[in-house]
Amino acid sequence: MKRFTRRTSICALSFTVASAITLPAVPAVAQDDTISIGYAVARTGPNATGAGITTIPNYELWVDTVNKSGGLTMPDGSRRMIEVVEYDNRSSNEDLVRTIERLASQDEVDLILPPWGTGANLAIAPLMARFGYPQLAVTAVTDKAPEFAARWDRSFWMLGGGHDYAAGLVDVLSTARDAGTINDKVAVVSVADGFGIDLISGARPAFEEAGFELVYDESYPLGTSDFAAIMSEAQGSGADSFVAFSYPPGSFGMTKTAQSMGYNPKAFYISVGGAFPIYPGIADGKAEGVMAIGGVNADSPAIQEYFARHTEFVGNPPDSWASAITYASLEMLAQAIERVGLDHEALATEISTGTFDTVIGEVKLEDNQLRDLWWVGQWQGGAFRAINPADAEGASTPIIPKPEW
Amino acid sequence: MTKLIIPLLALVALAFAPNFVSAYGLGLLIGAATYVTLASAWALFSGHTHYVSLATVAFYGTGAYCMAVLNEALPYWAVLLCAGGIGATMAALVGLSTLRLQGVYFVIFSFGLAELVRQLITWYEVNVTGTLGRYIFLDISARDIYWQMLALGAATIALTAWIHRSRLGMALRVIGDDEAVAAHSGINLARVKLIAFVLSAVILTLAGAITSPRYVYVEPAIVFNPTVSFLTVIMALLGGANRLWGPALGAVPLFLVFEWLSTNFPDSYPIFMGLLFIGVVFLLPDGILAGIEKLRARRKVQS
Amino acid sequence: MILTTLILGLVLGSTYALLALGLTLQYGIARIMNLAYGELTLVGAFVLVAVFQQLGLSPLIAMILIAPAGYALGWFLYQGMMRPLVKRSGARGRLEVDSILATFGLLFLIQGILLMLFGANFTSISYLDRGVNVLGVSVALNRLIAFGICVVAGGALVLALAKTRWGLIMRAVALTPGSAPLVGIDVNKVARQGFALGTALAVVAGASIAMYQTFSATDGVVFTMKALVIVIMGGVGNVKGALVAGIALGLLETFVATAIDPGLTLAATFAIFLVVLLWRPQGLFGAR
Repeated sequence: MKRFTRRTSICALSFTVASAITLPAVPAVAQDDTISIGYAVARTGPNATGAGITTIPNYELWVDTVNKSGGLTMPDGSRRMIEVVEYDNRSSNEDLVRTIERLASQDEVDLILPPWGTGANLAIAPLMARFGYPQLAVTAVTDKAPEFAARWDRSFWMLGGGHDYAAGLVDVLSTARDAGTINDKVAVVSVADGFGIDLISGARPAFEEAGFELVYDESYPLGTSDFAAIMSEAQGSGADSFVAFSYPPGSFGMTKTAQSMGYNPKAFYISVGGAFPIYPGIADGKAEGVMAIGGVNADSPAIQEYFARHTEFVGNPPDSWASAITYASLEMLAQAIERVGLDHEALATEISTGTFDTVIGEVKLEDNQLRDLWWVGQWQGGAFRAINPADAEGASTPIIPKPEW
Repeated sequence: MTKLIIPLLALVALAFAPNFVSAYGLGLLIGAATYVTLASAWALFSGHTHYVSLATVAFYGTGAYCMAVLNEALPYWAVLLCAGGIGATMAALVGLSTLRLQGVYFVIFSFGLAELVRQLITWYEVNVTGTLGRYIFLDISARDIYWQMLALGAATIALTAWIHRSRLGMALRVIGDDEAVAAHSGINLARVKLIAFVLSAVILTLAGAITSPRYVYVEPAIVFNPTVSFLTVIMALLGGANRLWGPALGAVPLFLVFEWLSTNFPDSYPIFMGLLFIGVVFLLPDGILAGIEKLRARRKVQS
Repeated sequence: MILTTLILGLVLGSTYALLALGLTLQYGIARIMNLAYGELTLVGAFVLVAVFQQLGLSPLIAMILIAPAGYALGWFLYQGMMRPLVKRSGARGRLEVDSILATFGLLFLIQGILLMLFGANFTSISYLDRGVNVLGVSVALNRLIAFGICVVAGGALVLALAKTRWGLIMRAVALTPGSAPLVGIDVNKVARQGFALGTALAVVAGASIAMYQTFSATDGVVFTMKALVIVIMGGVGNVKGALVAGIALGLLETFVATAIDPGLTLAATFAIFLVVLLWRPQGLFGAR
């Protein structure tokens, strides 16, 4: 009996391994008259929320728009439809890496769109470089973007780094302080993960240099759901400005807690989630004056048209930070294909050096990075408007102090 | 003799497999080899003792973290050595204090342990080093990772085979049957359990260290993903945790089914996976191997 | 300052305690180690939001409807899924492994269904979000309501278990499931009741969480973990213990966040939990 078991096991094992290797490819992907585009975005797991708001809707909207208009234009003027190969990366980098290998070596897709998240984009960067695909990393905030762009020359980093956002915020607050609207004390909390740490370590020196005093400066673990203690400490700290480098659950939780405890700082800043379309609902309609990361030029007709199209296709408006940039990155890709075709090297060079007309205006990358970004936005009259850099075209004037909840 | 030859031939065949597969095929091989290693290492301790440990990811993640922290300071082999040492120390400390817990208390404890390690590393990185994400820029190809993982997996199974025959394995089996009996028959409970626990932990830690260069960016939330612990347990139990080839036989098909489901049904794969699990529990209660044996026994009776 | 910590901690702790009540019943009485517990609470949360947004029903009324629906769900889950497992397992250890595996599958199943129905987005409603002054500390009204629900549900359970014949039977099954049939107790029926009641409490806890917290379909594991920690600390199947442990945990987290470092709240939770496990594995209030 025992012997039998052992032999069956080995047979079964080798059989399954063999079948793994020869698993049939997804049929009918690489037809000549279509362009196959693959992506592996989180449908399940902790990254699913971020991907579900910023990444997936924009991919789907773009593919739909392109295909309805007859497909992508090739350099010779012909049109080719997009065919999508989509997988779930289960929010796990191990699965993600394998899926990218599948897209590149088995499905042999023409182009690969990046997943959501900084860690995910870094995880696939060496692979994308090895297979030669251009990588338009949008949802990756990292101070090391210049380094990565140099390391993998077909990677493009389009959302800036933590210190950019921190510097923008400090700029907004110093202006208000110099005008005498707020005092020079700041209460700041940050989520303990790569994103929060990048922002706080950029913000500390910037605040100090601008003459601010950080009277409360703590980090909280990812997964914290109760902010009553933190907010009551911040309230008692005597700071006029409350700053949170937070993820959506934290941003929402702190907003609600501040409202219910009647904490009314003159400047209230949260990070990811503040620019989400659901934010005003979470703030119970009292979002006016809340500042957050990102922003769009709400007066631009292109943005308004994009918002309307997104709302119609997806059912809700896009978020006002990375969504428009995600969509713009896809428009860049389409225009680059129209100019140079599908050759990866030519495509990467074109994306790196070309100028593109997108929903966020004219885009030209610097050293493979998008630097012409909005750092701080604010809810004003029901729209999330960009307020910093203040000298950029389309910037709105900040409302400080924020009206009471 | 055949008992040895077939596995050895299979191992040689698997070692040459990367020459015949695409990058994706290699990715699958790495994934399968990793889970075979994890499940076998888990079963090394838990298979006979029936201590269901959910601390797999505590060690696996620690291994990945060691690689991330040390890869620039030390040569590769030294990092692996360090990782193994850290895993062993951690397991010894934890084991000394916890192995007297039984049943569900041990399950929950091991689960809490993984979370505690994750929280402590996060806190340390945030407050002491001031950086959270770490990068692993090592010049290691996917093939190298595969070969290392294959070797580790083979070593684990060989070690398990050896332990099954040794006094240690005997002692573990007695402990699994009844701890009181084991104690009365002169088995040093604490020592036996601790040895098995540490051995298993070292392998888990090494597995984490070996795979980590594949995903470049390491962050506690990424490497201490509790799903890994659960998957390991399920795979081992599916195959049959107290048999030599059971964990491997559970890990490979389950891994492939997950892959197949998530590529073909990206929207609804959790539903299928849930149904699959429930189905396995109801239809193959003792694991695949026992199921096959039962089926064969029934046929014998009929004929 | 101490008063603030105390009040915020009590309010937080009560929500934890409420979350753990159902699990302690399910594990204590029905002996099912339910890993899908957090998903069951999420079902309650999503249903509450759907009813509130689609039908405009007040969350408090909705909760009164959700509780019996949860009981029915738990009844069917036990009868359809857990009962066969209990039946075939003679010894205790076997059921533990089986229930971990089966409910792990259930976890994915429910999560998948929630993802299909409600999507992966963050969900949140605003209901009674205004602050109320409690001894000089401002506390959100919806959290006070959750505190009230916890006190009512927990108090009623403690009383029922201690004073009624039903409670006596429940306790008998929890303590010695093997010998309960000898005195004429239908263990299967009692276990089913325990599991169903636990599910009802889970969905009520989820519904009350939905009133004040943002959540998404993938948050279930977080709730399961919190509940597990509290159940173990309080002693398995010990309702009073779960209440006290939940509140203690809330106080501890608030104290660590204000006096030491908010970054250590979760680490402190697990550290205390591990210490309790080692020092008194039967829980703070469990009998040996």
